[in-house]
Amino acid sequence: MKLHVLSVLVEDKPGVLARVSSMFARRGFNIHSLAVGPAAEPGNSVMTVVVNAAEIEQVVKQLRKLINTIKITELDPAESVEREVMLVRVSADAAKRGEVLDAAGVFKAKAVDVGAMSITFEMTGTPSKVNDFLELMRPYGLIDVVKSGWIALSRDSKTRNLRAIS
Amino acid sequence: MKITVAEALIKALEFEGVEVMFGHPGGAILPAYDPLYDSPIRHILARHEQGAGHMAEGYAQATGKVGVAIATSGPGATNLITSLANAYMDSTPMVAITGQVPTYAIGNDAFQEAHTWGISMPATKHNYLVTDAADIPDVIHEAFQLAATGRPGPILIDLPKNILNTEIEWHEPTGKVDLPGYKPNTKGHPLQIRAAADLILAAERPVLYAGGGIIAAGAHAELLELAEKANLPVTTTLMARGAFPDSHPLSLGMPGMHGTYAAITAMQKSDLLIAVGARFDDRVTGDPDAFAPNAKVIHVDIDSSEIGKVRIAEVPIVGDARTVLGQLNDKLDRTLDGSAAPDHADWLETIRGWQRDKAVHYQQDPAGPIKPQFVVEELYRITGGNAIVVAGVGQHQMWASQLWKFTRPRTWINSGGLGTMGYAIPAAIGAKVGMPDQLVYAIDGDGSFQMTQQELTTAATHGVPVKIAVLNNNNLGMVRQWQTLFYRERYSGSELSPTTPDFVKLAEAMGCAGLRAEHPSEVGPVIEKSLTINDRPVVAEFKVDPDEMVFPMVPAGGSNDNVALSLEDLQ
Repeated sequence: MKLHVLSVLVEDKPGVLARVSSMFARRGFNIHSLAVGPAAEPGNSVMTVVVNAAEIEQVVKQLRKLINTIKITELDPAESVEREVMLVRVSADAAKRGEVLDAAGVFKAKAVDVGAMSITFEMTGTPSKVNDFLELMRPYGLIDVVKSGWIALSRDSKTRNLRAIS
Repeated sequence: MKITVAEALIKALEFEGVEVMFGHPGGAILPAYDPLYDSPIRHILARHEQGAGHMAEGYAQATGKVGVAIATSGPGATNLITSLANAYMDSTPMVAITGQVPTYAIGNDAFQEAHTWGISMPATKHNYLVTDAADIPDVIHEAFQLAATGRPGPILIDLPKNILNTEIEWHEPTGKVDLPGYKPNTKGHPLQIRAAADLILAAERPVLYAGGGIIAAGAHAELLELAEKANLPVTTTLMARGAFPDSHPLSLGMPGMHGTYAAITAMQKSDLLIAVGARFDDRVTGDPDAFAPNAKVIHVDIDSSEIGKVRIAEVPIVGDARTVLGQLNDKLDRTLDGSAAPDHADWLETIRGWQRDKAVHYQQDPAGPIKPQFVVEELYRITGGNAIVVAGVGQHQMWASQLWKFTRPRTWINSGGLGTMGYAIPAAIGAKVGMPDQLVYAIDGDGSFQMTQQELTTAATHGVPVKIAVLNNNNLGMVRQWQTLFYRERYSGSELSPTTPDFVKLAEAMGCAGLRAEHPSEVGPVIEKSLTINDRPVVAEFKVDPDEMVFPMVPAGGSNDNVALSLEDLQ
């Protein structure tokens, strides 16, 4: 099994997300993360779907078959920019506060809320870097974690356009 | 001109050329039934929405046109779901129209509310919940386009009652379909066509594996041309029976679990499978890892997701079966340039040996009991094969498919992928409505029959004189067969009743003629008699041997190398 990052251009119509997730459930495909937002062209949306699969071809073909799907691109990590946003609240009383802030500084995580017993950080970076930061914070005590899911864009035109796959 | 959405719906259906709808009214869809009263569109009132759905499918399978079913919200819509799932599996073009509670009530658990859009999503090619009244003419047009083009399938349109009652400015559908992501590829890539032609000419043991896509695409003439041009033996799947004439010397009959020994074994020994409009279903391949181990594969399908789903294809070709076979025939003509294609004489002789020695067989004892296969053969003999044959699901379906000699497409109508018991009666009604001048003879089992028997009333009251042969073995025969073979003859839940219902009385009570044969000598006369009654439907019951089993058989999940021709082969 391997993570594949798909950038899926879809028509922005009611229920498109349900169609995608229903198809994944029905076909037994594994979604690692999914993020949706408006596309550059009005009327369309872009989904960044990260799929955990041994073979991606069947996933792409089934996605392609949905009537509202316009275009699917598999993003090669070496040729694309991948980002994730995380908000994490870490346990830190006055005694630990300095140490936690120092560690976060190394990762350029931003403290967005400081309380008597905890600090909330905003961390943006590649999914692996975000994960590394989370692991660094874990020993201090994680109170809450929320992640945006991956979003990704190709660096240039060197992506594999999977519309042509037959 | 201002009209209601309900009126616009009926006008849009007329615009699409709809001549008949199969349905059942109810609260939420009532606004649509009112203008239907004045429309030239015929309405067939099914006695259950599942029946309406299967009628629409039978109509579509017999005619090639889009079948239309209509039902109300809630239970009306949920009752349609089986037929949608069935049509989806068998790629049958169908449009279903359902009423829905008013938009302001959606989500409030209103009376007869069900989340039809969500429930039907995985059972349809596409579906709509219409919330903008002005969209309706174009949504209907889009739905018919989607149902009939690319890989055909069912489309559902859910219409809230307040939308149906909204007045809009009528405009004829613009004819434009605004679906930027929907562009079915119909023409095969020339390089792939050349690669396929090269493989075909180089093959020593080729098999042409024809699926339901041949019938959907109307590609039977091109299939015949290819087979004869390149001397290719042809097997027709359960969904493709009739796509290639069984009477042809190159015909292998049906492949798969209950296929002919010759078809199964030719595929196993083949060095080239040319799959056209077929999807390597588990009932065809058995254990896929042991299936046709030495064969290269050319796979032609309009749905690219079928290619590589089960079996990797050396030459994948995405396209319409008729277009691609036409391209392939042209390419072979140009490549051969007047010289003859390989005759595959040794291969065809080997196959003929299997056909001779391992034919489908049964023994009819003149003293009885009636063998179900004998009924199928007598039906074929007496009708001269001039009928549209419709089946339910089970043993009777396999015997009908095995023993009937199909020569034309759209003369075999059954539930292939989903295996929906109860398909025969309503599908036969739909077929007869679409093809009123043809004899429509359903071959059904007593279990299948009882799942949708209420539609006999529909047939009788609407003057649809279908004929139904019930092979009554008092059992769920295929279940019983598996229990005999794999569950130590423990017949759990599979026995029906030898006396109830009385099929003759049941038929008569529902406005049909009822006939019965209990002895082999009565089979022919009962069939003859059934053909003389044309003013109402006929139910002909044949009391058959409950112990008869379907052979050949490859046990589920087993290798197609192990074809059992009889019970002894499995023990």
